[in-house]
Amino acid sequence: MKNLKTTVSILVLSVTLLGFTSCKDKKTEEAAKPMSSEMHHEDGHSQTSSDKMMSEASGNTASIIENYLKIKNALVASNEDEAATAGGMLESNFKEFDKSPYSSEEQKELTDIITDAIEHAEHISESPLEHQREHFDLLSKDLIDMIAITGTDKKLYQDYCPMYNNNKGAAWLSTTKEIKNPYFGSKMMNCGKIQKEIN
Amino acid sequence: MKILKITALVLLVAFVGIQFIPTNRNQSDTVPKTDFMLVNNVPASVQNTLQESCYDCHSNNTAYPWYNKTQPAAWFLEDHIKEGKAELNFNEWSEYSDRRKNSKLRSIISQIEDEEMPLDSYTFIHRDAKLSEEEKAEILQFIKQLKNSL
Repeated sequence: MKNLKTTVSILVLSVTLLGFTSCKDKKTEEAAKPMSSEMHHEDGHSQTSSDKMMSEASGNTASIIENYLKIKNALVASNEDEAATAGGMLESNFKEFDKSPYSSEEQKELTDIITDAIEHAEHISESPLEHQREHFDLLSKDLIDMIAITGTDKKLYQDYCPMYNNNKGAAWLSTTKEIKNPYFGSKMMNCGKIQKEIN
Repeated sequence: MKILKITALVLLVAFVGIQFIPTNRNQSDTVPKTDFMLVNNVPASVQNTLQESCYDCHSNNTAYPWYNKTQPAAWFLEDHIKEGKAELNFNEWSEYSDRRKNSKLRSIISQIEDEEMPLDSYTFIHRDAKLSEEEKAEILQFIKQLKNSL
């Protein structure tokens, strides 16, 4: 009788254990929801009604640029968590981007850019600071190329730091004339120069 | 003493039991034309290293030693393969745009330089996958050269 009891309890235990081990918990990461579509046009740049296509496109990229700038500011402040949050939002912004107003050739280019950019935004949302900066470098290239196609109604400065990535250099976009380097943080806050003005 | 025996028995039964839970094997007989090795002129020694240290999780074909067919190692591997392939699949190399290739090469370089890849947890059970200093230098040189030629 005792033997039977032991055997039964062993079996029960085993089955329970089995149940536990087979329940691999899948982490479901809640995709960051984009913020309300309310946009701030601090520079007060007015849109001309004649350029309707342009303004539609700008509405499309506005949230992308906004969250990109949030990442940039977070990296300037070496704030990993804020960069990660903005990265998550940027990832959904890119996924929601509407390519339909563009020519098929532009759409192809945009698809290339966006596929790449989504991965960088995703990595920024889940990586440590230095990795975030690496992906921000490539993300900046993507966004600069994207804006070359879509345009924007925002006044932007394309800045360049020749020292990042073992002196290979890296660009970024900013809304201010003043240089605040996102790649080195406080170590080299003022390294860089304005390469180009957009608008 | 008896408790110990029972515990051992329970663990043994559970261990045997979990072997019957099916896993999806990442195996394929054919190497697609889009494979990294087929579209790039990769030196033989670099090919060997990539195959040994990267392809288990970054291609459609995993070489499963017996311990990787055994649970719970197989589960552990299954998850990593899924993630690894989503991140980078050498078998699909030529399908990537140049922009994406550039990003992937950049990540390969920094992951190897920072010794984040191959994963410690993977080289722990797969000792041969651990990169020696020479292998690292050799891969890095090739990958950097490839990146510059893009």
